Amino acid sequence: MKKETREWFLKGMRAGIPIGMGYFAVAFTLGIAAREAGMALWQSGFMSAAMLASAGQFAGIGAIEAGAGFLEIAVTQVVVNLRYLLMSSALSQKVRRDAPFFHRFFMAYGVTDEIFAVSMGVEGKLTPSFVYGAASTAAPGWVAGTVMGTFMGMVIPARAMSAMGVALYGMFLAIVVPPSKKDRVIAGVVLISMAASAAFTKLPGLRGISSGFQIIILTILLSGVAAALFPVKEEKGGRQNGAFCECKPVGDGGDDLFG
Amino acid sequence: MGPSVNASLLVMAVTIYLVRALPLTLLRKEIRNPFIRSFLFYVPYVSLSVMTFPAILSATASWRSGLAGFVAAVVIAWVDGNLFRVSIGACIAVFFMELWI
Repeated sequence: MKKETREWFLKGMRAGIPIGMGYFAVAFTLGIAAREAGMALWQSGFMSAAMLASAGQFAGIGAIEAGAGFLEIAVTQVVVNLRYLLMSSALSQKVRRDAPFFHRFFMAYGVTDEIFAVSMGVEGKLTPSFVYGAASTAAPGWVAGTVMGTFMGMVIPARAMSAMGVALYGMFLAIVVPPSKKDRVIAGVVLISMAASAAFTKLPGLRGISSGFQIIILTILLSGVAAALFPVKEEKGGRQNGAFCECKPVGDGGDDLFG
Repeated sequence: MGPSVNASLLVMAVTIYLVRALPLTLLRKEIRNPFIRSFLFYVPYVSLSVMTFPAILSATASWRSGLAGFVAAVVIAWVDGNLFRVSIGACIAVFFMELWI
């Protein structure tokens, strides 16, 4: 393995550790749902290892329990996982140009909310081995949590679950807050997104929309408005598309973010 | 009785994989259109923000500990920015808030 590849893999592994921890905690409920649907341990383990998709897996378990046909299952999965289409599109521009097709294909495995977040947080272009590294430490947490949930049929103590589960949200904030410090437009976009999302969960009429759809609607709407009002100028140095994190977080940049 | 669980799981896995892999493999060229470039630039900020708040308030045993985790993460991210420390800081804040309330 080239030295650079190995370094990116190790950085990815480090970024994946808190993700795996959070996954471990939240996957228990998924494992319990799988158990209640009558799945064997290896089935729930295979499901989590092959999919890394929380909402999609819950929806899938529900569909399987209901005896849904293949077409129905596939359509449900497309709908529930539609946000990954947007995330994968954003990633497609972030990946380094010389990454071969098969790397682009295999790194798709790691397009979860959290691995997407840390991948976009990388300074400059994204090397596929970073995504592999992150998946290598995050996915085992997800699979282990699911299998243990299926096996035990109960969750870990509430206090531990709360504390570990919040790691995933901390991760998202670690990605959106530092750039907000340097760029008022990004800060505004972040604040408005949170406010709009709060409105969607509270307002009658809007709160009936499933959370998966809320994410898609708001992402398309708000990113579109922001792009129309504040197009990203390339010549302005840092704010290039894809170079998401010009956010050198203090110290020496990328290294520090994942250090 | 519906189709077998194993076959259903395979259908799920393939479908999810395609949703993730298609844009990455099809959009290989650099997009030149300034609007789409800008749009994709903002996508992570919007999607991650939308997913974080207010969901973080209901992710823990009480909204108060969720709020503590949120505030801790924002403050640490603001002054420090290190991903690992932000995440762990949020966990610690939640843990102690839940001991206290």
